[in-house]
Amino acid sequence: MAAVTYRQALHDTLRAEMLRDENILLIGEEIGVFEGSYKITAGLLDEFGPRRVRDTPICEEGFVGAAVGAAMLGLRPVVEIMTINFSLLAIDQIVNHAAKMHAMFGGQVSVPMVIRTPGGGGQQLAATHSQNLEVFYAHVPGLKVVAPASPADAKGLLTAAIRDDDPVLVLENLALYNTKGEVPDGEHTLPIGTAVVAATGSDVTVVAYSRGTVVALEVARRLEADGVSVEVVDLRSLRPLDRQTVCASVRKTTRAVVLEDDWLSYGIGAEIAATIAEGAFDRLDAPVRRVAAAEVPLPYAKQLETAALPDAAALTRVIYETLDSTGFTARPTTPAGG
Amino acid sequence: MDPTQDRTEPYPQASPASEDPAALRGYYRQMALIRHFELRAAEMYTRAKIGGYCHLNLGEEATVVGLMAALRPTDYLFTTYRDHGYALARGADPGQVMAELFGRATGLSGGRGGSMHLFDAGLRMLGGYGIVGGQMPPATGAALAIAHRGEPGPDSEAVMCLLGDGTTNIGAFHESLNLAAVWHLPIVYVIVNNHLGMGTPVEAASGEPALYRRGCAYRIPGARVDGNDVIAVRDAAQTALEQARTEHRPRLLEAVSHRLRGHSVVDPARYRSAEETERLREQDPLPAFRARLIEDRILDQEAADRIDEECEQAVTAAVDFADASPPPATETLFDHVYATEVANTHFGLPGDSPTGPGLFADRPGKE
Ligand SMILES: Cc1ncc(C[n+]2csc(CCOP(=O)(O)OP(=O)(O)O)c2C)c(N)n1
Ligand SMILES: [Mg+2]
Repeated sequence: MAAVTYRQALHDTLRAEMLRDENILLIGEEIGVFEGSYKITAGLLDEFGPRRVRDTPICEEGFVGAAVGAAMLGLRPVVEIMTINFSLLAIDQIVNHAAKMHAMFGGQVSVPMVIRTPGGGGQQLAATHSQNLEVFYAHVPGLKVVAPASPADAKGLLTAAIRDDDPVLVLENLALYNTKGEVPDGEHTLPIGTAVVAATGSDVTVVAYSRGTVVALEVARRLEADGVSVEVVDLRSLRPLDRQTVCASVRKTTRAVVLEDDWLSYGIGAEIAATIAEGAFDRLDAPVRRVAAAEVPLPYAKQLETAALPDAAALTRVIYETLDSTGFTARPTTPAGG
Repeated sequence: MDPTQDRTEPYPQASPASEDPAALRGYYRQMALIRHFELRAAEMYTRAKIGGYCHLNLGEEATVVGLMAALRPTDYLFTTYRDHGYALARGADPGQVMAELFGRATGLSGGRGGSMHLFDAGLRMLGGYGIVGGQMPPATGAALAIAHRGEPGPDSEAVMCLLGDGTTNIGAFHESLNLAAVWHLPIVYVIVNNHLGMGTPVEAASGEPALYRRGCAYRIPGARVDGNDVIAVRDAAQTALEQARTEHRPRLLEAVSHRLRGHSVVDPARYRSAEETERLREQDPLPAFRARLIEDRILDQEAADRIDEECEQAVTAAVDFADASPPPATETLFDHVYATEVANTHFGLPGDSPTGPGLFADRPGKE
């Protein structure tokens, strides 16, 4: 185990998989000479050469579609889309082509490709460059969507995605690239389609993914000191969604709050709340609450941007509102030094 | 003109001697203003007054000023995210431009757009656009509106749509040019060829690297001009605009210059060698134009220095204005989400319940 950044974990995973499987090639804008907009692919052009690290012109629809075709012939392309915002230019190839082929052609062909792309706001990149559009893809059968929250999960989920025979979108996050954590040495894959209880607790479940999980874990640690026991379910996978783990946790804690970086209406949280309504209604003590981005094209100005994005303070407030609405009283904590 | 003709010869070098000296001094002033503004913007970025992405026009001043000199006030302009210089040369107040970069309420777009999204309806500058190629279909549509409402002729309005060299490879480029060709639209697409899209050279990205020929597939006549020559750029743009107006047909113009720094303020441009950077400095259009004007006795050293000083003062005033301006109030977060008020919007902050009262629920005019 070594503590590395999320960025490094992604880089090392790409490299290890490329060494393992000659069929893997990287495709994307500025991933070679420029070493990646966020430097995930730094050094890989030098090591593997331009045949396997392919810089593209600015043409998302073209190169994502080309990856689909290459995957149909058995290559395993890992495409980088600079940010999820630009995936909209490729959405036809992703949704109407990559996601459909295996089923529509009766299982005769598969599309073993990966799309890596970061989402996330908070960098003052304004409305078109700060979006969390994962729900667009999580909505589509035929795709798999994973959203690692830690460097270890980045390794485990990216490895699984590369080895998977279906198109997998790996949702990264701008705010996570520099975060650090322990990453298992050697083989480490995680099963796509499963969530994990990232922190155990008994009073309330926070369901989160990607950056939200990091925030939720931090809030859980802080509330612990106040005698509130928060369980954090990290979805890890947005499609398929591990409803079992979510419902089992809520059945135990009887309260649920979703933390999501996308917009509230029709978002990931809406799906989670519906899932809980179906799978844990009889055990719920309070309405499921969602902490999501304000429904506004994200402004550039820092003050407005900060106000619009979900954060630890908003999550803490909603956790307390949820607890208060059920007459919850915090357990007394051991006094400091006692 | 034969629509398939593609002009391979660069436009002849224009001679300052035959030009109105006051206009030339004006071009120098605008170029100098942009230079000072961009250098200060870079500085303000490092001081964290400006956030997000910040793309500069350093090295492109002659192109910017030449293009803007060719436009009439009634023409429409669509630009890329590399838009500060265009706003300034089109006549936007430097203070308001800087305030937008600072994210202040007094900015051109009220602090909501930032560096990449400058917009001034009064100046018919219909936006900087951050998505590569994103400006092209809307610009084409603006030309459609002009053609829809009026006839071709010398008084017709026209659209100028700017794009980078790298942008010629995205689908929207091809779809827009084709539409403009089959619909007979009064638009001039200007490729600002600074040789690079981020770190990718034109030759690595474009199957036909002579970019002014990229309209051939749509029979759109193209021309290439030295983007370091403000007069040549102005003349080429004027010719193209004239044709677009009188014929309601699209034109393609390529202005070739250099990006003196990285793609954006934070890009150290390590993919360029020190020699190349040095060579670029020698081709810097600003000192070259200054020297030319002095040589032709249109300016003397003193007058040129005075212009530089005045530009520097104007930029200092712009920074002061921006710095003294308030940020947009949090209460205004949901302003402008919709142009027509609508029932049942959820204007709550993160964590506010959509079924309970939102923080701003009581604001007049807002649900
Ligand atoms: C659809 C899309 N893909 C990628 C990007 C990221 N990006 C921003 S600018 C740029 C390079 C554009 O180069 P060029 O068209 O030559 O314009 P320049 O920056 O040189 O002015 C890229 C790839 C983007 N903004 N939009
Ligand atoms: Mg360029």
